[in-house]
Amino acid sequence: MAKPPKKSPKKPAAKSATKKAKKSIKRVPGRPPKNAAIARPDTDAMLGLYEEMLLIRRFEEKAGQLYGMGMIGGFCHLYIGQEAIVVGMQSIAKEGDSVITSYRDHGHMLACGMSADGVMAELTGRRDGYSKGKGGSMHMFSRDKNFYGGHGIVAAQVPIGLGLAFAHQYKEDGGVALTYFGDGAINQGQVYESFNMAALWNLPLVFIIENNQYGMGTSVSRAAAGRALADRGKAYGIPGMQVDGMNVLTVREAGAEAMAYCRAGKGPYILEMQTYRYRGHSMSDPAKYRTREEVDAMRKQRDPIDTLRELLASEGVENDKIKTIDAEVKAVVSKAADFAQASPEPDPAELWTDILIEGRAS
Amino acid sequence: MSITITMPALSPTMTEGKLAKWFVKIGDAVSPGDVIAEIETDKATMEVEALDDGIITALNVAEGAEGIAVGTVIAALDGEDDDAPESPPEAKAPPPPATKEAPPQPAPQPTPSVAVEYDGEVAPLTIREALRDAMAEEMRRDDRVFLMGEEVAEYQGAYKVSQGLLDEFGAKRVIDTPITEMGFTGLGVGAAFAELRPIIEFMTFNFAMQAIDQIINSAAKTLYMSGGQMGCPIVFRGPNGAAARVGAQHSQCYASWYAHCPGLKVVAPWSAADAKGLLKSAIRDPNPVIFLENEVLYGQSFDVPTDPDWLVPIGKANILRTGSDVTITAFSIMVGKAMQAAEQLAEQGISAEVIDLRSLRPLDMETIIASVQKTNRFVSCEEGFPFAGIGAELSAQVLEAAFDWLDAPPVRVAGADVPMPYAANLEALALPQVETIITAVHEVTYQKGGE
Repeated sequence: MAKPPKKSPKKPAAKSATKKAKKSIKRVPGRPPKNAAIARPDTDAMLGLYEEMLLIRRFEEKAGQLYGMGMIGGFCHLYIGQEAIVVGMQSIAKEGDSVITSYRDHGHMLACGMSADGVMAELTGRRDGYSKGKGGSMHMFSRDKNFYGGHGIVAAQVPIGLGLAFAHQYKEDGGVALTYFGDGAINQGQVYESFNMAALWNLPLVFIIENNQYGMGTSVSRAAAGRALADRGKAYGIPGMQVDGMNVLTVREAGAEAMAYCRAGKGPYILEMQTYRYRGHSMSDPAKYRTREEVDAMRKQRDPIDTLRELLASEGVENDKIKTIDAEVKAVVSKAADFAQASPEPDPAELWTDILIEGRAS
Repeated sequence: MSITITMPALSPTMTEGKLAKWFVKIGDAVSPGDVIAEIETDKATMEVEALDDGIITALNVAEGAEGIAVGTVIAALDGEDDDAPESPPEAKAPPPPATKEAPPQPAPQPTPSVAVEYDGEVAPLTIREALRDAMAEEMRRDDRVFLMGEEVAEYQGAYKVSQGLLDEFGAKRVIDTPITEMGFTGLGVGAAFAELRPIIEFMTFNFAMQAIDQIINSAAKTLYMSGGQMGCPIVFRGPNGAAARVGAQHSQCYASWYAHCPGLKVVAPWSAADAKGLLKSAIRDPNPVIFLENEVLYGQSFDVPTDPDWLVPIGKANILRTGSDVTITAFSIMVGKAMQAAEQLAEQGISAEVIDLRSLRPLDMETIIASVQKTNRFVSCEEGFPFAGIGAELSAQVLEAAFDWLDAPPVRVAGADVPMPYAANLEALALPQVETIITAVHEVTYQKGGE
């Protein structure tokens, strides 16, 4: 059984660890760091965060429906429950930072500013999708938004993210590579190859572990030795922090600290976002590995959108304002769904394009 | 009793070296472990130690002498004849390789394989130097180009291909990595997505198997999966194929593995001119390019154009020798063997056309088909395994496009379908030799004695 993220994980038996190493691991489950590197957002900004999280939630619900109707094929991994992570992180990223993630990527694309229409049309495999219908749910990119995918092989995006960070350092452009991956990926060897080189060369890279408690059907406790995934960079001297990934404000504060560290040229940073996915691993997941009660408890007690809505209400934001946002988001998603179904399938000639770039040697 | 000291082999492919320095003179007493000389090869400098107690009685090679073959007696000492060993002391020197064909000697004959269009200045260069010059010229031309890999910087390259690059371009652009193939391959792919121009060196392509997911799934497929947005301008280069006596895990040709996948370009030059011209084209290419070198060829010299703007286009084969009786295709090290075979066949009255494929993807089928339509016979040569190999693809395409022109079924010359053995005689049997090509040509020309 996975532990709900609310509980702070047991302290690892790290008594033997050196003082210095201990110091590099900050543990703030459920609480913002003491000296937050970023101010608490004002009400308008918080409404913005709310709107973005809700957009991802409604978008994913719609994607689930379209999948059920046979409009979306193949694998489809929904982000429902994890919205606070990417919305919180991207809300403090700077122009020019690059983003890369796994196949659970729809939320990341929306948070990077990619259009709901284009993402949904890619899900339906149509010509107006971000990859002209040739990539699908797991393979979408946007050079304009510095979104580098969308990668279908567990953990393969991590060394690629390392390369993005290398390029920021090489070009001296001040950017940070935000590299997202899950608790399933954390046990792949290439993650540690990346930790090593990122630390060795002080690359500006935030490793964001979205620990949603299950790698497909295997709980973290059945897959990962040791306790905190945030500790996994310890041997490389990479600071790590466990963060309540169900709270967008906490995510922002932790993210700001990590990004400031990277921008100061100190090297990489690991954030372990404690989160939960409400839906299955993919659409075909029978979810026999956890109880209905576990999922319901999480939704009721920890939902990132409900939490922020309640906070806004407690700060005097009128219900009408919230309702307006709800309606707007619903309209955006419903328009995207219509667009994605109306867009034609790719021209058959597209089968043979984009394999190699022709005649553009530099 | 007299003990001889012979020129040692410092690497699996070393055939000769330079005696850079003697540390002893005639009359000196030496003990096992004493350094007696310094030997230089094109790859490394090493010290030679005495293996026995004794007095130096002869130094057969002058200090500074170059081109001393492995196994040559370089010195003699009068051993302290305590109890005479049963085996002759000479046995301590490594025996010369028992292969029928000693690994290709540093070619004495510079081979002109410069494209006909070029009429500028040429200079003799080894393949190793040609590759280095190609990288250096492109790095001067484009700040985005960098070289990354194991031992490429401070060590000057495991095979000395990157010699001098660190000095000229600095540690920012010539980067030693830890031994971490999957990691630095993925890093290169990410840097290429971010519009840098990485050259990723694999110490050998055998080690690229650790990273092949990044090469195929990330580098080759992303342009397509992104609807054309995300190009990956990267070169993966390093020695491919059998070296010499390094066994199964270090002796494999990956040409057909990479050529199999859409989204990659694959080149495998033979001459130094092509090595330089193709590597420059590969670095400028906006696509991922697999650049297959051959360790055994690194020291061979050829005439190479000196013009830094001279390129060899990817995807164009080169007819090295025209002929009328049979078309022989080959790439990389097999080209040299095919040329030797053609020479011997000419003496037998068989006129062979030899095509150096140079690029395996795109493959210049037009040139091959035109040749087969002229000669009506086809033999493909490669060092890799025959099953689903490059020859299998070539034969299929020749059959599809030139069936009516053929006077005999195509024949594939390839490595034996076994993991590479270590023993010298078995290794020689596993690798296709000049004789294998001649036999294949006899087969397609229905000559007696082909068996």
